[in-house]
Amino acid sequence: MKPVNVLIVDDSSVMRKIVGRSLRQAGLDLVQVLEASNGSEALSLARENPLDLILSDINMPLMDGLEFVRQLRGIESAQHTPVVMITTEAGEGHVVQALSLGASGYIRKPFTPEQIKERVIPLLRG
Amino acid sequence: MDQAITAEPERVRIHLSARAAGPGAQAVGKAADAQQPVARIDWREELAKAASEVFDVMVGAPLTAPPEPRPPFIPDFAAMVGIAGSLCGSVSLRTTADCARSITAKMLGGDEVGAAEAAQDAFGEVCNMIAGSFKGRISGLADGCALSVPTVIFGRDFTLFSLARGEHYEVTFEFEGKLLSVSLDLQG
Repeated sequence: MKPVNVLIVDDSSVMRKIVGRSLRQAGLDLVQVLEASNGSEALSLARENPLDLILSDINMPLMDGLEFVRQLRGIESAQHTPVVMITTEAGEGHVVQALSLGASGYIRKPFTPEQIKERVIPLLRG
Repeated sequence: MDQAITAEPERVRIHLSARAAGPGAQAVGKAADAQQPVARIDWREELAKAASEVFDVMVGAPLTAPPEPRPPFIPDFAAMVGIAGSLCGSVSLRTTADCARSITAKMLGGDEVGAAEAAQDAFGEVCNMIAGSFKGRISGLADGCALSVPTVIFGRDFTLFSLARGEHYEVTFEFEGKLLSVSLDLQG
Protein backbone atom coordinates (compact mmCIF):
# COMPACT_ATOMS: atom_id res chain seq x y z
CA MET A 1 0.00 0.00 0.00
CA LYS A 2 1.33 3.44 -0.92
CA PRO A 3 2.34 5.94 1.79
CA VAL A 4 -0.50 8.30 2.71
CA ASN A 5 -1.02 11.83 4.00
CA VAL A 6 -3.76 11.87 6.63
CA LEU A 7 -5.80 14.59 8.32
CA ILE A 8 -7.42 13.70 11.66
CA VAL A 9 -10.14 16.09 12.88
CA ASP A 10 -11.38 15.86 16.45
CA ASP A 11 -11.72 18.34 19.31
CA SER A 12 -10.14 15.74 21.61
CA SER A 13 -6.35 15.57 21.28
CA VAL A 14 -6.41 12.16 22.99
CA MET A 15 -8.83 10.85 20.39
CA ARG A 16 -6.66 12.22 17.58
CA LYS A 17 -3.71 10.27 18.99
CA ILE A 18 -5.81 7.09 19.29
CA VAL A 19 -7.07 7.40 15.72
CA GLY A 20 -3.49 7.93 14.47
CA ARG A 21 -2.29 4.90 16.42
CA SER A 22 -5.17 2.81 15.06
CA LEU A 23 -4.25 3.77 11.49
CA ARG A 24 -0.68 2.62 12.08
CA GLN A 25 -1.95 -0.61 13.65
CA ALA A 26 -4.09 -1.08 10.54
CA GLY A 27 -0.87 -1.18 8.55
CA LEU A 28 -1.01 2.25 6.94
CA ASP A 29 2.29 3.87 6.05
CA LEU A 30 1.65 7.41 7.28
CA VAL A 31 3.92 9.96 5.62
CA GLN A 32 2.28 12.94 7.27
CA VAL A 33 -0.39 13.13 9.98
CA LEU A 34 -2.06 16.53 10.21
CA GLU A 35 -4.40 17.30 13.08
CA ALA A 36 -7.25 19.80 13.47
CA SER A 37 -9.55 20.40 16.42
CA ASN A 38 -12.54 21.63 14.44
CA GLY A 39 -13.91 21.80 10.91
CA SER A 40 -12.67 25.30 10.25
CA GLU A 41 -9.04 24.41 11.02
CA ALA A 42 -9.45 21.26 8.97
CA LEU A 43 -10.66 23.20 5.92
CA SER A 44 -7.57 25.42 6.06
CA LEU A 45 -5.28 22.38 6.22
CA ALA A 46 -7.18 20.68 3.39
CA ARG A 47 -6.73 23.73 1.16
CA GLU A 48 -2.99 23.86 1.80
CA ASN A 49 -2.02 20.18 1.80
CA PRO A 50 -2.53 17.26 -0.56
CA LEU A 51 -4.41 14.60 1.44
CA ASP A 52 -5.07 10.93 0.78
CA LEU A 53 -7.45 10.37 3.70
CA ILE A 54 -9.44 12.37 6.24
CA LEU A 55 -11.00 11.05 9.45
CA SER A 56 -13.36 13.45 11.19
CA ASP A 57 -15.49 13.67 14.29
CA ILE A 58 -18.95 15.24 13.96
CA ASN A 59 -19.61 17.07 17.25
CA MET A 60 -17.01 19.81 17.42
CA PRO A 61 -17.05 23.49 18.35
CA LEU A 62 -16.85 26.30 15.75
CA MET A 63 -17.57 24.05 12.77
CA ASP A 64 -18.91 20.51 13.06
CA GLY A 65 -17.90 17.56 10.93
CA LEU A 66 -20.96 17.65 8.70
CA GLU A 67 -20.42 21.27 7.68
CA PHE A 68 -16.73 20.50 7.21
CA VAL A 69 -17.49 17.70 4.74
CA ARG A 70 -19.99 19.87 2.89
CA GLN A 71 -17.46 22.68 2.43
CA LEU A 72 -14.58 20.29 1.75
CA ARG A 73 -16.34 18.94 -1.34
CA GLY A 74 -16.24 22.47 -2.74
CA ILE A 75 -12.43 22.45 -2.71
CA GLU A 76 -11.32 21.13 -6.08
CA SER A 77 -8.25 19.28 -4.81
CA ALA A 78 -10.26 17.55 -2.07
CA GLN A 79 -13.38 16.65 -4.00
CA HIS A 80 -12.48 12.98 -4.12
CA THR A 81 -10.47 12.61 -0.91
CA PRO A 82 -12.00 9.80 1.19
CA VAL A 83 -13.55 11.15 4.40
CA VAL A 84 -14.52 8.77 7.19
CA MET A 85 -16.65 10.12 10.02
CA ILE A 86 -15.74 8.81 13.48
CA THR A 87 -18.36 9.83 16.00
CA THR A 88 -20.56 8.97 18.95
CA GLU A 89 -23.57 10.01 16.85
CA ALA A 90 -24.69 6.55 15.83
CA GLY A 91 -28.17 7.29 14.52
CA GLU A 92 -29.16 6.25 11.03
CA GLY A 93 -30.16 9.85 10.31
CA HIS A 94 -26.66 11.07 11.06
CA VAL A 95 -25.14 8.39 8.83
CA VAL A 96 -27.45 9.21 5.93
CA GLN A 97 -26.81 12.94 6.34
CA ALA A 98 -23.03 12.47 6.47
CA LEU A 99 -23.00 10.26 3.38
CA SER A 100 -25.30 12.61 1.47
CA LEU A 101 -22.94 15.51 2.22
CA GLY A 102 -20.00 13.62 0.78
CA ALA A 103 -18.60 11.40 3.53
CA SER A 104 -17.18 8.10 2.28
CA GLY A 105 -17.70 6.03 5.42
CA TYR A 106 -18.79 6.04 9.03
CA ILE A 107 -17.33 4.55 12.21
CA ARG A 108 -19.06 4.69 15.57
CA LYS A 109 -17.15 5.48 18.78
CA PRO A 110 -16.11 3.40 20.65
CA PHE A 111 -14.21 1.67 17.84
CA THR A 112 -11.58 -1.04 17.54
CA PRO A 113 -8.45 -0.82 15.35
CA GLU A 114 -9.99 -3.66 13.30
CA GLN A 115 -13.02 -1.51 12.50
CA ILE A 116 -10.74 1.30 11.35
CA LYS A 117 -8.90 -1.15 9.14
CA GLU A 118 -12.09 -2.60 7.64
CA ARG A 119 -13.50 0.83 6.75
CA VAL A 120 -10.36 2.67 5.70
CA ILE A 121 -8.25 0.21 3.68
CA PRO A 122 -10.92 -0.36 0.96
CA LEU A 123 -11.23 3.41 0.48
CA LEU A 124 -7.50 3.73 -0.15
CA ARG A 125 -7.48 0.84 -2.58
CA GLY A 126 -10.51 2.11 -4.45
CA MET B 1 -42.71 5.20 35.71
CA ASP B 2 -43.11 3.87 32.20
CA GLN B 3 -41.96 5.73 29.16
CA ALA B 4 -42.95 5.28 25.52
CA ILE B 5 -41.24 6.90 22.55
CA THR B 6 -43.36 7.53 19.47
CA ALA B 7 -42.08 8.95 16.20
CA GLU B 8 -44.05 11.68 14.50
CA PRO B 9 -43.25 13.01 10.99
CA GLU B 10 -40.64 15.47 12.20
CA ARG B 11 -39.78 14.43 15.69
CA VAL B 12 -39.82 11.79 18.35
CA ARG B 13 -41.96 12.29 21.40
CA ILE B 14 -41.67 10.57 24.74
CA HIS B 15 -44.85 9.76 26.62
CA LEU B 16 -44.51 9.45 30.33
CA SER B 17 -46.94 7.52 32.42
CA ALA B 18 -47.01 6.50 36.04
CA ARG B 19 -47.01 2.77 35.51
CA ALA B 20 -44.32 1.46 37.76
CA ALA B 21 -42.35 -1.44 36.34
CA GLY B 22 -39.79 -1.96 38.99
CA PRO B 23 -36.69 0.02 39.84
CA GLY B 24 -35.21 1.64 36.77
CA ALA B 25 -37.44 -0.25 34.35
CA GLN B 26 -39.30 1.71 31.72
CA ALA B 27 -41.19 0.82 28.56
CA VAL B 28 -40.39 2.13 25.11
CA GLY B 29 -42.36 1.85 21.90
CA LYS B 30 -42.17 3.33 18.40
CA ALA B 31 -44.40 5.18 15.98
CA ALA B 32 -46.62 2.37 14.90
CA ASP B 33 -47.13 1.34 18.49
CA ALA B 34 -48.00 4.76 19.83
CA GLN B 35 -48.95 4.52 23.48
CA GLN B 36 -48.22 0.79 23.43
CA PRO B 37 -44.93 -0.10 25.05
CA VAL B 38 -43.02 -2.77 23.15
CA ALA B 39 -39.90 -3.18 25.22
CA ARG B 40 -38.85 -2.53 28.76
CA ILE B 41 -35.78 -0.46 29.37
CA ASP B 42 -33.70 -0.73 32.48
CA TRP B 43 -31.92 2.64 32.30
CA ARG B 44 -29.39 1.62 34.92
CA GLU B 45 -28.51 -1.59 33.11
CA GLU B 46 -28.19 0.17 29.74
CA LEU B 47 -25.96 2.79 31.35
CA ALA B 48 -23.78 0.06 32.85
CA LYS B 49 -23.55 -1.73 29.48
CA ALA B 50 -22.59 1.50 27.73
CA ALA B 51 -19.85 2.24 30.26
CA SER B 52 -18.51 -1.32 30.09
CA GLU B 53 -18.40 -1.22 26.29
CA VAL B 54 -16.40 2.01 26.26
CA PHE B 55 -13.90 0.75 28.81
CA ASP B 56 -13.52 -2.62 27.09
CA VAL B 57 -13.04 -1.16 23.61
CA MET B 58 -11.40 2.24 24.06
CA VAL B 59 -9.69 2.13 27.43
CA GLY B 60 -8.59 -1.47 27.06
CA ALA B 61 -9.27 -2.44 30.67
CA PRO B 62 -12.58 -3.68 32.06
CA LEU B 63 -14.80 -2.15 34.69
CA THR B 64 -15.58 -4.54 37.53
CA ALA B 65 -18.02 -4.63 40.41
CA PRO B 66 -16.94 -2.56 43.40
CA PRO B 67 -15.86 -4.31 46.58
CA GLU B 68 -18.34 -4.76 49.41
CA PRO B 69 -18.43 -3.13 51.82
CA ARG B 70 -17.67 -0.20 49.60
CA PRO B 71 -14.71 1.92 50.71
CA PRO B 72 -15.12 5.70 51.10
CA PHE B 73 -15.36 7.39 47.72
CA ILE B 74 -14.75 11.13 47.38
CA PRO B 75 -14.59 11.94 43.66
CA ASP B 76 -12.63 15.02 42.66
CA PHE B 77 -12.79 14.59 38.89
CA ALA B 78 -16.07 14.71 36.95
CA ALA B 79 -17.25 14.92 33.36
CA MET B 80 -20.74 15.63 32.11
CA VAL B 81 -22.46 15.42 28.74
CA GLY B 82 -25.92 16.88 28.20
CA ILE B 83 -28.63 15.06 26.30
CA ALA B 84 -31.29 17.11 24.53
CA GLY B 85 -34.17 16.12 22.31
CA SER B 86 -36.67 13.36 22.80
CA LEU B 87 -34.89 12.56 26.04
CA CYS B 88 -33.48 15.40 28.15
CA GLY B 89 -30.93 15.09 30.90
CA SER B 90 -27.27 14.35 31.36
CA VAL B 91 -24.74 11.56 31.69
CA SER B 92 -21.95 12.15 34.18
CA LEU B 93 -18.84 10.30 35.20
CA ARG B 94 -17.09 10.78 38.55
CA THR B 95 -13.86 9.47 39.94
CA THR B 96 -10.58 10.62 41.48
CA ALA B 97 -7.82 12.48 39.64
CA ASP B 98 -5.61 9.45 40.19
CA CYS B 99 -8.14 7.17 38.46
CA ALA B 100 -8.59 9.69 35.62
CA ARG B 101 -4.82 9.58 35.04
CA SER B 102 -4.91 5.77 35.02
CA ILE B 103 -7.69 5.82 32.42
CA THR B 104 -5.70 8.26 30.29
CA ALA B 105 -2.57 6.13 30.56
CA LYS B 106 -4.50 3.08 29.37
CA MET B 107 -6.08 4.96 26.47
CA LEU B 108 -2.80 6.40 25.29
CA GLY B 109 -0.84 3.25 25.89
CA GLY B 110 1.43 4.96 28.39
CA ASP B 111 2.48 7.76 26.04
CA GLU B 112 2.29 11.43 26.93
CA VAL B 113 0.16 10.94 30.01
CA GLY B 114 1.85 13.53 32.17
CA ALA B 115 -0.11 16.60 31.16
CA ALA B 116 -3.19 17.36 33.25
CA GLU B 117 -4.91 18.48 30.05
CA ALA B 118 -4.61 14.95 28.67
CA ALA B 119 -6.54 13.51 31.64
CA GLN B 120 -9.26 16.14 31.29
CA ASP B 121 -9.50 15.53 27.57
CA ALA B 122 -9.55 11.74 27.89
CA PHE B 123 -12.05 11.72 30.74
CA GLY B 124 -14.41 14.03 28.86
CA GLU B 125 -14.13 11.87 25.77
CA VAL B 126 -14.87 8.71 27.77
CA CYS B 127 -18.00 10.37 29.17
CA ASN B 128 -18.97 11.48 25.66
CA MET B 129 -18.61 7.93 24.32
CA ILE B 130 -20.63 6.48 27.22
CA ALA B 131 -23.43 8.98 26.52
CA GLY B 132 -23.29 8.15 22.79
CA SER B 133 -23.25 4.43 23.39
CA PHE B 134 -26.11 4.77 25.87
CA LYS B 135 -28.39 6.65 23.50
CA GLY B 136 -27.47 4.31 20.66
CA ARG B 137 -28.79 1.42 22.75
CA ILE B 138 -32.24 2.89 23.23
CA SER B 139 -34.60 2.54 20.30
CA GLY B 140 -35.60 5.96 18.99
CA LEU B 141 -32.92 7.91 20.82
CA ALA B 142 -29.98 7.61 18.43
CA ASP B 143 -31.51 10.11 16.02
CA GLY B 144 -33.93 11.66 18.48
CA CYS B 145 -31.32 13.23 20.77
CA ALA B 146 -28.23 15.36 20.47
CA LEU B 147 -25.26 15.34 22.83
CA SER B 148 -23.46 18.38 24.14
CA VAL B 149 -19.71 18.84 24.06
CA PRO B 150 -18.34 17.31 27.33
CA THR B 151 -17.63 19.46 30.36
CA VAL B 152 -14.89 18.39 32.81
CA ILE B 153 -14.72 19.63 36.40
CA PHE B 154 -11.99 18.87 38.91
CA GLY B 155 -11.06 19.85 42.45
CA ARG B 156 -12.31 18.87 45.88
CA ASP B 157 -14.93 21.52 46.43
CA PHE B 158 -17.71 21.13 43.89
CA THR B 159 -21.15 19.68 43.63
CA LEU B 160 -22.72 18.61 40.36
CA PHE B 161 -26.31 19.71 40.33
CA SER B 162 -28.54 18.66 37.46
CA LEU B 163 -31.41 20.94 36.55
CA ALA B 164 -33.11 17.88 35.12
CA ARG B 165 -34.51 17.24 38.63
CA GLY B 166 -36.14 14.04 37.57
CA GLU B 167 -35.01 10.48 37.85
CA HIS B 168 -31.47 9.66 38.84
CA TYR B 169 -29.68 6.39 38.08
CA GLU B 170 -26.16 5.62 39.19
CA VAL B 171 -23.81 2.68 38.76
CA THR B 172 -20.54 2.37 40.65
CA PHE B 173 -17.64 0.34 39.28
CA GLU B 174 -14.09 -0.43 40.18
CA PHE B 175 -11.35 0.39 37.67
CA GLU B 176 -7.94 -1.02 38.54
CA GLY B 177 -8.66 -0.80 42.26
CA LYS B 178 -10.21 2.68 42.10
CA LEU B 179 -13.89 3.57 42.30
CA LEU B 180 -15.73 5.28 39.47
CA SER B 181 -19.42 6.08 39.12
CA VAL B 182 -21.60 6.71 36.07
CA SER B 183 -24.86 8.59 36.45
CA LEU B 184 -27.88 9.37 34.34
CA ASP B 185 -30.18 12.25 35.28
CA LEU B 186 -33.42 12.48 33.35
CA GLN B 187 -35.62 15.51 33.19
CA GLY B 188 -38.77 15.03 35.20
